[in-house]
Amino acid sequence: MTAAAKSSAHSVVEATPRAKTFAGVIVILYAVITILPLLWIAATAFKSQSDAIAYPPKVVFQPTLEGYVNLFTVRTRQTQEFIANLPPATTWYDKLVRQHDMVIAGPSKVVPRFINSLVIGFGSTFLAVLLGTLAAYAFSRFRIPLADDLLFFILSTRMMPPVAVAIPVYLMYRQLNLTDTKIGMILLYTAVNVSLAVWLLKGFIDEIPREYEEAALVDGYTRLQALRKVVLPQAVTGIAATAIFCLIFSWNEYAFAVLLTSGDAQTMPPFIPFIIGEGGQDWPAVAAATTLFVIPIVMFTILLRRHLLRGITFGAVRK
Amino acid sequence: MTAIIHPDASADRISERARFKAARRVRGLSDRGIAWLFVAPTIALLLAINIFPLIWMIRLSFTSLNLSMSYLPTRFVGLDNFNDILTDEDVWARLQTTASFVVWSVALEVLIGFGLALLINRQFRSHSFWTTIILLPMMLSPAVVGNFWTLLFQPQIGPFNYVVGLFTGIPPSSFSMTGEVALAPWTIVLVDTWMWSPYVMLICLAGLRSIPDYIYEAAEVDRASSLRQFWSITLPMVMPFLMLAVLFRAIENFKMFDMVNLLTSGGPGSTTELVSITLKRDAFEKWRTGYSSALAIILFVTVFGAANIYVKVLNRVKQR
Repeated sequence: MTAAAKSSAHSVVEATPRAKTFAGVIVILYAVITILPLLWIAATAFKSQSDAIAYPPKVVFQPTLEGYVNLFTVRTRQTQEFIANLPPATTWYDKLVRQHDMVIAGPSKVVPRFINSLVIGFGSTFLAVLLGTLAAYAFSRFRIPLADDLLFFILSTRMMPPVAVAIPVYLMYRQLNLTDTKIGMILLYTAVNVSLAVWLLKGFIDEIPREYEEAALVDGYTRLQALRKVVLPQAVTGIAATAIFCLIFSWNEYAFAVLLTSGDAQTMPPFIPFIIGEGGQDWPAVAAATTLFVIPIVMFTILLRRHLLRGITFGAVRK
Repeated sequence: MTAIIHPDASADRISERARFKAARRVRGLSDRGIAWLFVAPTIALLLAINIFPLIWMIRLSFTSLNLSMSYLPTRFVGLDNFNDILTDEDVWARLQTTASFVVWSVALEVLIGFGLALLINRQFRSHSFWTTIILLPMMLSPAVVGNFWTLLFQPQIGPFNYVVGLFTGIPPSSFSMTGEVALAPWTIVLVDTWMWSPYVMLICLAGLRSIPDYIYEAAEVDRASSLRQFWSITLPMVMPFLMLAVLFRAIENFKMFDMVNLLTSGGPGSTTELVSITLKRDAFEKWRTGYSSALAIILFVTVFGAANIYVKVLNRVKQR
């Protein structure tokens, strides 16, 4: 599985310097083009309303925090006399808003939605990793009847079209009063994530030599003690990587969220497209929300770089 | 990885293993008990959240239940729903739209992904930094991606049309990537390719790195041309990995909902209405629960069959 270490400079496998330069130019060109949309969004977040909808599209502009202020607040339009009669603005964001004849009426819903994303994301990740670790350990170490069929069953539940799964779950949650609740979403995301967790963690635990545990068992540890004191400390990287994958899934998920939540338990992905200002989408605010939403993912991607391949292939391909 | 061996766990005690095995059984649960205890919660959760609702849905698929008209008595209609779906030309048209989306997007992703993997595998300086950059799109939320591409595709203010205009001279406000019948199907393919080519690239890269150098060295000794080496060594060795990527992408795109729903929401007309979007409309807008349950089951069976093949390929790759 691992690539043989590149031997020496005379290896026929090593590309020639010219081939390398050519490859480098093409790949860097592709990388730059592929990242431009993201940079554009990050820049749009710092544009004023009028700069965001200017033609031709503006690359150089006067940066402003309007987008971020609009994202976090609800504003009402007032007459200039009304604003003039108000006590002077005390904060920078009050001043910014009043320049456009607006007054801040209160906070927007973005913070509760962000908190929902965090609660549902971490809740479902914790449960999925907990259940997944136990099941993966059992599949890795014990003879379980029909183990392959069970593993396939576990994986196949993740492959199902989310919209199709949502139909019966919606009906069931309606009966159980779980629609638009955080608990309901946590359970649903746990069920989706646990399949990934089992498959990934089984791969990681398979790599830990059995001898360590056996030695511990011989020393009089019980199975549970051996799991806790010998296996878990060695699986910690794998567990962390798995947790991040689960977190990313819950964080990014849209179909279940849009079909099963409407308010109390709504997460960021269904919320972001409906950030509207006067007359249509408030693009700087949408871009600001997108930027804040995407930053953790970018950090996690860099963090996960070594395990990415495993995560996206259910642990089948390792480097 | 560093191995942490418990200090007490010395090898010379292994001879006493039998005695401790007996002791263990007395003190703790038997291995079989633990195995059962560990697997049960996962299976129970999946039964409760996936299987029980699925069975319920199968039952509903034989009924005329419509949630927007729940005052009507629910009738048992047998296979009528399935019959309606499979003879409905619109459904077949949606399936065709979905199929062409899957084929084009996966084909382009394979082309770009494999191409990039071949180039990155030449290991030029700083290749790992640029690889990470290229990987970013596939980690993003498809919904958020669909949403921000609508800004980029705005006919007047969007940078995409502007750049196209710059290179081709077509006025940027004269066409709309998401609003035109001729363009919209390609727009969703374009965004999907942007997002998922890195996925194919990453898997192909693993395939390329799994090929031992000595095979190429032997080919070189035999004076095989580099084209010949590509056809006879690289391609066949990467094939299982490529298959894995293709299957996974095909399954994912067959059930595509989030990105397209936000980018075009199926429009204009129904040119980009993938089958998942049809399903969502039937189930959550028209509330034809019985009918949409039947459609969902048809999709389930299709995906289940594909997933079966996927796992077979997965296991073959694993053995490498």
